[in-house]
Amino acid sequence: MPVNNQPTIEVPPATTATADCEPAAAEELVEETLVEEVSIDGMCGVY
Amino acid sequence: MACAASTEVTQVAMSAPAFDPTQPWRLSSGVALRDESFGALAYDFATRRLSFLKTQLLVDVVRGLESAPDVGSALAAAGVPDADRATYLRALHGLANSGMLTPG
Amino acid sequence: MTAVLPLVDQFALGLDAPICLTWELTYACNLACVHCLSSSGRRDPNELTTQQCEAVIDELQAMKVFYVNIGGGEPTVRPDFWHLLDYAVAHQVGVKFSTNGIKIDKEKAARIAATDYVDVQISLDGATAEVNDAVRGGGSYATAVAALENLSEAGFKDAKISVVVTRHNVSQLDEFKALADRFSATLRLTRLRPSGRGADVWDDLHPTAAQQRVLYDWLVLAGEGVLTGDSFFHLAGFGEPLPGLNLCGAGRVVCLIDPVGDVYACPFAIHSEFLAGNLLWDGGFDKVWRESPLFEDLRRPQTGGACSKCAHYDSCRGGCMAAKFFTGLPLDGPDPECIVGYGEQALTGSGAMAALPKPDGDHSHGGPVRGQAPRPGAAGGPVQVTIGHRPDRGCDESPLVGLQLSPRV
Repeated sequence: MPVNNQPTIEVPPATTATADCEPAAAEELVEETLVEEVSIDGMCGVY
Repeated sequence: MACAASTEVTQVAMSAPAFDPTQPWRLSSGVALRDESFGALAYDFATRRLSFLKTQLLVDVVRGLESAPDVGSALAAAGVPDADRATYLRALHGLANSGMLTPG
Repeated sequence: MTAVLPLVDQFALGLDAPICLTWELTYACNLACVHCLSSSGRRDPNELTTQQCEAVIDELQAMKVFYVNIGGGEPTVRPDFWHLLDYAVAHQVGVKFSTNGIKIDKEKAARIAATDYVDVQISLDGATAEVNDAVRGGGSYATAVAALENLSEAGFKDAKISVVVTRHNVSQLDEFKALADRFSATLRLTRLRPSGRGADVWDDLHPTAAQQRVLYDWLVLAGEGVLTGDSFFHLAGFGEPLPGLNLCGAGRVVCLIDPVGDVYACPFAIHSEFLAGNLLWDGGFDKVWRESPLFEDLRRPQTGGACSKCAHYDSCRGGCMAAKFFTGLPLDGPDPECIVGYGEQALTGSGAMAALPKPDGDHSHGGPVRGQAPRPGAAGGPVQVTIGHRPDRGCDESPLVGLQLSPRV
């Protein structure tokens, strides 16, 4: 199943980059992913 | 065995439709789009995936796919700057990979 | 391009419409599960009429809510349930409903299978009748399995089996998975909260610290094949966060509409402290969602209080608001099941309130149901009515906000 390279949203903003991030480069700061994804199976677990 | 190898290659190639921006694509049926202050939320009923479209421009592009003859035209019609084309194409490619966009 | 906040931060600030909205259609129920989060059993005389329910669905459509989670009590005991299901789907609102299976006969199973944008979740709390029925009542296991069989035979794809994890069923995780596989269903494991009747059985039923670890490890192995409804984010400190948003969505991403139109921040927080308003008196659901002072409060960035210094805070966010509230713990401190043990410490120390908050209203059955022993003190006695123990906010429009007008005697 093809997986896109979007960052998962489990990374909270305050933490440092995870191990599999590419090293920061000037060009990559400009490049932004425009889509963020998460699987939603309800919240709080009720339904 | 020669036969098995070629079948394998075919199966891999068929696992996802290749994203061709010269072709028309559209939002899959079973995907709902809702505007938010920050862009839009897209929900795929089949996969339970919620996607966050982070710019209004991307939302415009996605909405414009419906009536555009191909992806390239949709980008142009929405006014995506040339410098950002690659980024937007990558975003659309990702949406296609997760099934949110379908050919046609 | 200007930077946009990551999704999780956008969610923490609130959305224009809820995503996982829960709507309890009725307090009536044929069962009397010992841990019921809504203390259900008897219908409330003020439950929304069919027309009022249709008006709510109209609003949800206008707000472009993707889907609504319908439950109760047992929603299918409402005679208009099937009509409302069709009405919602016809108005572009998907429906996921939770049921104990009592009405899912072959005919209804076929009807559900023929309807798009409907998801069914069968509640089950034991992989065997022995374990399940101790919580949900004699015969309830058989009812649930019959419903699953009917759905499977009718060709309904991917029903859900939803389990509340307890001390007594943690040992059955593999069997639950096998049961789901048997019916081509998807397994959900969800967290027990000390809400509703859950408060009475919390001490006996909530998983031990060791069991929490077992559960976490099992979920990590199970991956996306087992759902959790994001209800175990308090375990995130054990390692990789589990799939989901891993934050409390109350009042920001989710809320509850109860059978009489009260809007609460969360289905596990049916208490005046978390009552945002009533859609009948406060101008409709959309207005309550957007303008309620309670929700505005919840949507302000939370500081994390005592938890913010902990290394795990970023992943667990201090845990579940309702779990803290109903165990008497302060909301800006640890979850009662904090994996480090801070919650337990707080519960035994002076951190916890002496008298535990009681949920708003109690619709529990008075007498025995299906051979289930009545709860202590529940034999038709006066219903506990909770008047808000904090002053109404000055900017509430209705002086009646938080006041229970129909105490049951």
